[in-house]
Amino acid sequence: MPDAMLQIRDLELRYAGVPAVRGLTLEVGRGEVVGLVGPNGAGKSSTLLAIMGMVPPYRGEILLEGRPLAGRKTEAIVRSGVALVPERRHIFPELTVEENLRLGLVGRRSRDGASDDLDRVAALFPVVRDARHRAAGVLSGGQQQQLAIARALVARPDLLLLDEPSLGLAPAVVDGVFEALAEVRAGGVTILLVEQRAQFAVGFADRTHVLANGELRLTLSPADAGDSERITAAYFGA
Amino acid sequence: MTVLQTLVDAVALGLLYALVAMGIGLVFGVMRLVNFAHGELLTAGAYALLLTNDMPLAVGLAACFGAVVALALAMEVVYRPLRTTTPTTMLVTTFAVSFLLQAVALLAFGARGRNVGVLSELNRAVSIGDLRVRWVTLVSIGVGALLLTATALVLARTDVGLQMRAAAMDATTAQLLGVRASTVIRFAFLLAAVVAAAATVLLTVQRPLVTPSYGFQLVIPALVGVVVGGLDRLVSATLGGFAIGFATAVLGDVLPADGRVFLDTALFLLVILVLLVRPGGLFGRTRAAWERV
Repeated sequence: MPDAMLQIRDLELRYAGVPAVRGLTLEVGRGEVVGLVGPNGAGKSSTLLAIMGMVPPYRGEILLEGRPLAGRKTEAIVRSGVALVPERRHIFPELTVEENLRLGLVGRRSRDGASDDLDRVAALFPVVRDARHRAAGVLSGGQQQQLAIARALVARPDLLLLDEPSLGLAPAVVDGVFEALAEVRAGGVTILLVEQRAQFAVGFADRTHVLANGELRLTLSPADAGDSERITAAYFGA
Repeated sequence: MTVLQTLVDAVALGLLYALVAMGIGLVFGVMRLVNFAHGELLTAGAYALLLTNDMPLAVGLAACFGAVVALALAMEVVYRPLRTTTPTTMLVTTFAVSFLLQAVALLAFGARGRNVGVLSELNRAVSIGDLRVRWVTLVSIGVGALLLTATALVLARTDVGLQMRAAAMDATTAQLLGVRASTVIRFAFLLAAVVAAAATVLLTVQRPLVTPSYGFQLVIPALVGVVVGGLDRLVSATLGGFAIGFATAVLGDVLPADGRVFLDTALFLLVILVLLVRPGGLFGRTRAAWERV
């Protein structure tokens, strides 16, 4: 196991007293890709928001490179090298594609090399350059997803959190997104990938944890990608 | 009095109200807070001009801008704990701050109004063809247009401006990208203050009598303008402010002399009609279906 980028220990999250995540423990090593799958409402997005400091843990702790994140503001966590591609992308539809990317630069620790990084994401996702003066809202869903990932990458994160990058996209478009993510991974970025459509995560990640009702049920390897029975069973609490 | 004459005066007053409305809109955008105490920024500026009446102009202007900016930054500190509260709490708190500051002004300067003399020579008129226009009208148009343009450029071209626009559209996502809420909010107050201070200087030339409720009386119609224009967008809020100022000036000219007391009545009747026809505001637009699949 490489040294740990992210450690989550016995995490419990509650909304208005109701637990959303219970006793979640997982670790993501440097350079690893870890999947987190499970049905709607399993607590996946909440876990990501807790890492970003948007949801305070009720119990347990989250460590980034061995240092606890408790009490740190989102803006500081972003500057420690964590970037989130939020569920439903949350690009700024009225801003241009270029302005959306510039907002990604806000979270960088340093502006050095920013233009190289912009070139790199443009090579990965040509649409961010080709459509740079257009309003982001007129892009297709797949292009918006590419923009959301590009916006996260220009912050130069060590840890990239992806919340359902396949959501609402046609399968062929999803394949394109995952091809680009493979290149991101090859660049050494650590990834925690949340997916509701498990088949995409299990085949892509080094390990995939199944989360249901706020608890970890099972850990799957890429070899299990074809084993839909095992995945389904974990979803429905077998 | 010609139609053109009325229009020039109306544009000038409209621009001053637009500046006040824009200040309210800037703060609302990044904080979702309607600052009823925005008027007290104008009052503070007006008293600063009053206290420096006998000093050189530069000192007066510096005192005015300094007082308004200092008060705005103090308000930002006071409002900071409100960020996580409900809109009602915010509204009531800004009301309280407004009345508190008016009470402080009353204690410090008394209820009787006093006249500001700064730049009063701008009240002299100049003839342009058939038009007789006061200098302050021309200066108001120039300064108003300049400040609106400058603010638009700051928002469009600078990094902090981009962050302000992003925070106004989707505060959570902006935060997730590392935008510092404190930075954009403080900058919004600063920008609103600078614009309010400039408006104060020009307003005191035309309405030199300063009382503790000086700014409050100006901010109420400006706020109405903001609502009529559409609070959710800075451009529509500013246009709304302009519309109210413009309508006030036109009504003031059109109404017969003994009907002037009904100016506010006529104005609010207009506002009610506008909101009946367009509840989202005169310049608010229906949201496009941005989210694509």
